[in-house]
Amino acid sequence: MYVATKGGETAIANAHALMAEDRRGDPKVQEIGAEQIREQLSLGVDRVMAEGSLYDPDLAALALKQARGDQVEAIFLLRAYRTTLPRFGYSEPVDTAAMHVHRRISATFKDVPGGQILGPTFDYTHRVIEPVTAAEEAPRSPEPLPYPLPRVAGVLGREGLLEDTPTACEEAITDLTREPLRFPADRAARLQVLARGDEGFLLGMGYSTQRGYGRSHPFAGEIRMGDVAVEFVAPELGFAIDLGDITLTECDMVNQFKGSKTEPPQFTRGYGLVFGFGERKAMAMALVDRAMRAEELGEEVTAPAQDIEFVLYHADNVEASGFVQHLKLPHHVDFQSELTLIRAMRTEQEALKEAAE
Amino acid sequence: MLQPEARNPRRDWLGVLARAPAPVLEAALASIGTLPAYKRLRPPEAGLVMARGRIGGDGNPFNLGEVAVARCAIAMDGGILGVGYALGRDLRKAEVIAVLDGLLQQPSWHGRVASEVLEPETARQTQSRTERAAKVAATRVNFFTLVRGE
Repeated sequence: MYVATKGGETAIANAHALMAEDRRGDPKVQEIGAEQIREQLSLGVDRVMAEGSLYDPDLAALALKQARGDQVEAIFLLRAYRTTLPRFGYSEPVDTAAMHVHRRISATFKDVPGGQILGPTFDYTHRVIEPVTAAEEAPRSPEPLPYPLPRVAGVLGREGLLEDTPTACEEAITDLTREPLRFPADRAARLQVLARGDEGFLLGMGYSTQRGYGRSHPFAGEIRMGDVAVEFVAPELGFAIDLGDITLTECDMVNQFKGSKTEPPQFTRGYGLVFGFGERKAMAMALVDRAMRAEELGEEVTAPAQDIEFVLYHADNVEASGFVQHLKLPHHVDFQSELTLIRAMRTEQEALKEAAE
Repeated sequence: MLQPEARNPRRDWLGVLARAPAPVLEAALASIGTLPAYKRLRPPEAGLVMARGRIGGDGNPFNLGEVAVARCAIAMDGGILGVGYALGRDLRKAEVIAVLDGLLQQPSWHGRVASEVLEPETARQTQSRTERAAKVAATRVNFFTLVRGE
């Protein structure tokens, strides 16, 4: 039974005022603007967009500011905001082969067509904390970047050593913002959950497969990050137009596969695609996507990352955070009844003990 | 799209306008001077488009996440329908694009809007992309084989 109680309004209002004051920090230190966050903390903004499942850098930067830098809180703000906007429709599938890349590497082929392009990476830095100074303009190459850059998958694919991507039906693509998650969940539904899933959760899950919980012998076939056009068929026009460009990170993980009754030994694939520059997340997503294909590929399902329900029900940080954090809401009455119960049990046990003596 | 297809000039200019910074479009509109009257058919509004990806990059589509989009549609004399769509939530930008789209469809306006807005903005976008690509290209690894000593 729920008992409604009143009170606490003033305390709540004052708590929010105190939070706002703390959020501002020392007033002698200059306040930052959402623009500064968008431009200078862009990877934080990217993560908020990816897991908030809403691409809007200005809004994500504002959410990060309001949330005092708490990513999951900012993600929650974005998710809440999106429910206030009407849905215009679905884009044409983005063409990542036509990406204007800022980074493209392959761990499987040294001499990948177009070359290994490192882009704006933290890799190979010394991870030594030093004061960030004004950036010098980055050097330019006189040799132009090839466009478009061919996919690494094409290299293995030509020999038939790499599984093909599924290209069966295109109707009825599950959209979890419109319908509940149902099992068995098809790969499109799984990828939608992973794309908005918590990076930390997916990283842990992906890591567990590398450590032996559902080993899949992965190689980073290709990682590419860059700008891709979003095309949309405007109802007023009847043809697709570009809405603009978004930054995406894509990971094509290739995994050794010894074959099954129907499939010859080959490389299978796991796929990762996320909003913004989110390489760690895209790689983890690809590992987990592949792990969840265990049953489909006739592998034994023994590890948590291979358990589709387990992964999909626990990947969303807005849901997880809500359920964990609801525990701090008043449970005074529930707890009173538990207390009465425990006391009664104790009395009973003591009575039994006395009777036995 | 990589496949060569019959170019649709309207598709092209809408793409350039969508990528243009709002202040550039606003300034362009102001420099044009007196605009023909128009009616809002679809008042500027912000909404969402669910962006789709493909499994493995080229397989079946899946829903990746939503993008914020502003749009507007206007009507000009002579049955001209101007449409504006752009990523983000800038309602004014969507309306300015719709007006420029309306003007670009009229022979009496096309030349002027094309030369004053479209061409310089297309050049700026190409230039910015080329510059970025040159910086990215400078991060390409040039492998060389070390000659082993005796």
